[in-house]
Amino acid sequence: MSNTEDNWLLKVNNLTKIYGDYTENSIINTGPEFNSNICPETGSIVACADINFELYPGEVLGIVGESGSGKSTVVKLLYFDMEQSLGSAFLKPHLDGLANILEESNQKKRWIRNYLMGMVYQNPRDGLNFKFSSGGNIAEKLIMGGNFHVGNIRNRATDLLEKTEVPVLRMDDKPASFSGGMQQRVQISKAIANNPPLLFLDEVTTGLDVSVQAKVLDLIRELQQDLGIAMIVVSHDLSVIRMLTDRTIVMKNGRIVERGLTDQILQDPQHEYSQLLVSSLL
Amino acid sequence: MKKMNILEINDLSKVFNLHILNNKKLEALKSINFTVAEGEIIGLTGKSGSGKSSLMKCIYRTYLASGGQINYKSINGMVDLVTASDHEVIELRKNEITYCSQFLSVIPRVSAVDVVCENLFKVNADKEAARYKAKGMLQQLGLPEELWDAFPVTFSGGEQQRINVARAIITSPRFLLIDEPTASLDPKTKDVVIDMLLDLKKHGTSILCISHDEYTIEKLVDRRINLHLGEILNLN
Repeated sequence: MSNTEDNWLLKVNNLTKIYGDYTENSIINTGPEFNSNICPETGSIVACADINFELYPGEVLGIVGESGSGKSTVVKLLYFDMEQSLGSAFLKPHLDGLANILEESNQKKRWIRNYLMGMVYQNPRDGLNFKFSSGGNIAEKLIMGGNFHVGNIRNRATDLLEKTEVPVLRMDDKPASFSGGMQQRVQISKAIANNPPLLFLDEVTTGLDVSVQAKVLDLIRELQQDLGIAMIVVSHDLSVIRMLTDRTIVMKNGRIVERGLTDQILQDPQHEYSQLLVSSLL
Repeated sequence: MKKMNILEINDLSKVFNLHILNNKKLEALKSINFTVAEGEIIGLTGKSGSGKSSLMKCIYRTYLASGGQINYKSINGMVDLVTASDHEVIELRKNEITYCSQFLSVIPRVSAVDVVCENLFKVNADKEAARYKAKGMLQQLGLPEELWDAFPVTFSGGEQQRINVARAIITSPRFLLIDEPTASLDPKTKDVVIDMLLDLKKHGTSILCISHDEYTIEKLVDRRINLHLGEILNLN
């Protein structure tokens, strides 16, 4: 059965981010075995190291782990919010996956970000410009994606706000005056404005109250079902992971300690840390 | 003519290694060997804790086997479900193998009809056709119509059970793993479920079925496998 071998959308090899001066030993002397990500020799912080995985089109991958495990770092590196120390990433729709996107020029990175990716941050302030209206925020992404016709932009923004259940009447209001859940839904509209094949979701429901959280999760599930967007869902919340993902990566101290089908990770976790995580679930 | 086997299990074992309980080891399955022929229904019997569900979950890969092979004959050739890649397993789950657990566990805020359709939505884009089929099945199973668009979380045990069975068989999978399909059902509905499973068999589905219910076993299965403390007692 090799029908699924080369079907990846995103391929990540040896992705590593280290803050401060580092030597080869920085990676060898940190990680879950040492229960630390601080290099004992140089004091540098190994935020993540040796991250390898493949994501298939339309697939939803979860990354779970405690605060400081490096899970957000992984998606921020892939979205070019941070620069990697080592490693490479390949995205099929960009030059048929032959070029390392992390080493592309800034101009090309901008193109990739606008056409091929979307990001939803935990804090709406990171993904939205609070000086612009909600419609203006979506327009910004559409313009970056090469749409310049004002009428078309407004129509698309209206569609997106309807899809994410943000009252269209409030299209010209600034997101600062919105509730947290609504801000998050505007952020999602903006992230998917150009129909990207890949969406990153970084702790998107953290801090929202339960019913609002439910609505945001429903929206994400619906988008995935209807548009077939591949997603990487970063969360410390196992219920979010269970509800949204097919496969899960467990991280600790900047490393992947376990990976598998989500139901396997939840029902038969192998690594000590995964077992602790699952048994801590309320 | 002898039928082909869809599943061949060789020397399968499963040990749980509980790191958080001082590396306590629990032996759930010991040297399990058996085969399932195409279109055959096998009843898995045994007391609670004998390893029936563990065996089923190893086949579905919710549990990782500790040793042995689970050779499954897919449409595209043989696959060892113990060592197959996650993506291969995802493909098989989507297209061939369905697992129906003992209790309904569903995503909240999805209507009964859409819960039943879930697996069908993955392979068929026509949502209305899928819903039509689901409603037909719910009618057959006698689920009151006013519940079809309600959320199953608050349903009674028997109502949830019927939704659980419907969602498992709506795609007519090639291989079905089903855990206690008739528990908490009244005798009439029990017969409907048994008939539905026999109908699947007629269309070529192979089924592994856990049940404590002698009536269901009697009417449904071609052969029984009796588990005791993680080992197969008899093979007939």
